[in-house]
Amino acid sequence: MSDVNPSKRRVNPKLRIYSTLCAAGIGMLWLAGCERPSPDVIQGGYRGTAMEELVNKRIDAAQAERNIVPAAIPAAPADGPLASSVYQNIQVLKDLNVAQFTRVMLAMTQWVAPPDQSCNYCHGANMASDDRYTKVVARRMLQMVRHINSDWKDHVGATGVTCYTCHRGNAVPKNVWFTSADESSTSGLIADNAGKNKPSVGLSSLPYDPFTPYLLGDKNIRVISTTALPDGDRSSIKQTDRTYALMIHMSESLGVNCTYCHNSRSFAVWDTSTPKRTTAWYGIRMARELNNDYLKPLTSVFPEHRLGVLGDVAKVNCATCHQGVFKPLYGVSMAKDYPELQGEMHKAPAEGTDTATAPPTASLKSP
Amino acid sequence: MAEYQNIFTRVQIRAPVYTGVALPRGAWVRQTRGGFIHLLGRFGDAQIGPIYLGTTGLLSLICGFIAFEIIGLNMFASVHWNPIQFVRQLPWLALEPPAPSNGLHFPRLQDGGWWLMAGFFLTTSVLLWWLRMYRRARALNMGTHVAWAFLAAIWLYLVLGIIRPVLMGSFGEAVPFGIFPHLDWTAAFSIRYGNLFYNPFHCLSIAFLYGSTLLFAMHGGTILAVSRLGGDRELEQIADRGTASERAALFWRWTMGFNATMESIHRWAWWFAVLCPLVGGIGILLTGTVVDNWYLWAVKHHVAPMYPHVFPPVIDPATLPGAMK
Repeated sequence: MSDVNPSKRRVNPKLRIYSTLCAAGIGMLWLAGCERPSPDVIQGGYRGTAMEELVNKRIDAAQAERNIVPAAIPAAPADGPLASSVYQNIQVLKDLNVAQFTRVMLAMTQWVAPPDQSCNYCHGANMASDDRYTKVVARRMLQMVRHINSDWKDHVGATGVTCYTCHRGNAVPKNVWFTSADESSTSGLIADNAGKNKPSVGLSSLPYDPFTPYLLGDKNIRVISTTALPDGDRSSIKQTDRTYALMIHMSESLGVNCTYCHNSRSFAVWDTSTPKRTTAWYGIRMARELNNDYLKPLTSVFPEHRLGVLGDVAKVNCATCHQGVFKPLYGVSMAKDYPELQGEMHKAPAEGTDTATAPPTASLKSP
Repeated sequence: MAEYQNIFTRVQIRAPVYTGVALPRGAWVRQTRGGFIHLLGRFGDAQIGPIYLGTTGLLSLICGFIAFEIIGLNMFASVHWNPIQFVRQLPWLALEPPAPSNGLHFPRLQDGGWWLMAGFFLTTSVLLWWLRMYRRARALNMGTHVAWAFLAAIWLYLVLGIIRPVLMGSFGEAVPFGIFPHLDWTAAFSIRYGNLFYNPFHCLSIAFLYGSTLLFAMHGGTILAVSRLGGDRELEQIADRGTASERAALFWRWTMGFNATMESIHRWAWWFAVLCPLVGGIGILLTGTVVDNWYLWAVKHHVAPMYPHVFPPVIDPATLPGAMK
């Protein structure tokens, strides 16, 4: 009966193996969240408020390689006949001369068109024809780029955007989104999943489609009470989940923490937030407008294989341009090398008006 | 020579299985005869059993099993009965409470009815288990301290799952059953109500939580340190203070000027542990019902310190004239 160990302490070798394996397993779990090297911390706000950014040099170096700006095509001479007087069916780039027009076409070929198709991706034998859907889309996208550069300076600043900001050599930008099919009701009595509970934004279990309500629709993002005591704000936890998911998407898309924009002691209060929150606020409105005014109307233009399961068009969110970086392409302005994409050129500016910021309606009226 | 230690002891004595004290009239007989498991003996008592199940225990297990199945099968169905995806996605899967628009009605099964049902059976199971603990303690002529401590945890569970949702008028306020989903719920709850860290009852709860671990370490360390002097015989030391108690007490007076006694330390530990969920539950109960934004509440009552501005003033763009929606 007695199991008193003899003086030689013998451990069952099997037991030793098992416990070693257990210890190794627990050790691996323990270290699973670690990343090397230990990150640098950059203080952003007042000391002690934990407003800091974590910088991992190894991850950033890999990131930087994916965000190298291609060399600009040599600038086009400013004189020469207008492209619209030489080519047919020019609807958007009417203000460009032939050299500038050709330069834009060349740039789009480099930035967007698959290398094996080049010009043929959009143009057939008759260059003026609109029979390829890609050309119709490209025309609308050019309008979109000019619109962003001239009317959305609140978000893109003087840096501006080009086709490359999103496309990066891909015919379809890598980071686009479609409205998700309602997967909740598998059948009959199975419980609804409330549009969440699968690995989604930032590997959280939060709602997997925070885009449709906020970047296509204009549902209220603000769910935090503005009064200390209850005063009729019935925002629910479920609504908060969706806002939270959108915020995690922004954080992931920009590769930043919450504290890049917010003082996390109060996510709602503006006067303790950083100025970047304002830029982000306009960014949400910009994405919403682009989806509704530029992408959604193209739905019927796209062939079926370019559409989502619900037949909706590919849409933009923060990741489409940012691609994991706080400023797309680390804030290097490609647009400054491409005045052709800034807005309409070659028109007589009114006294003291900056052509780049003039609204498009005004420029349409000019001779 | 074998050594005797308090934990991870290498000495295991084997004697006939101890079947326990005589049972009161009307009690079930104890199930299983009991036996010994060597590995368990390395951490605690090597003897397993006899187990007492009883009516409340059996019913509790049945109700718990029903809740477990409702939750688990709904999760399994949500991955289209794919066992591989079930395992891979398990931490993300959940059974969701009804939508906020449902209020306090009993919804269709697929719209949160399953959640209510799982909650009902889980609550019944937990309450039956509580009753069982209480009755077993009485049957052994013990105090009922463990049952009351357990009830403190049940209180927090009930506040989160039913009391507060009912006060708020919506089952949608309650927590989903799921691993990550309940954690995300916790974060969303704090965000919605303006940062729970400014909730004083949350502060107290944290103090009791960390305090519990501190007391546990202090007490465990003290007893292990004086066990060579007989200090592990704590109950005897309470009645008849020996050199182990004297030394332990002196140690704490030397190091922090004050000491608990062999008896009072257990009251300290019990109250710290009990107060953690007790005050936590109060904090949850007040959230959304009495206070809607804890940060603004803390600003109003000068609890939240103000820091100097380091950025140029940031204005909510939605408040600018002609702002877009």
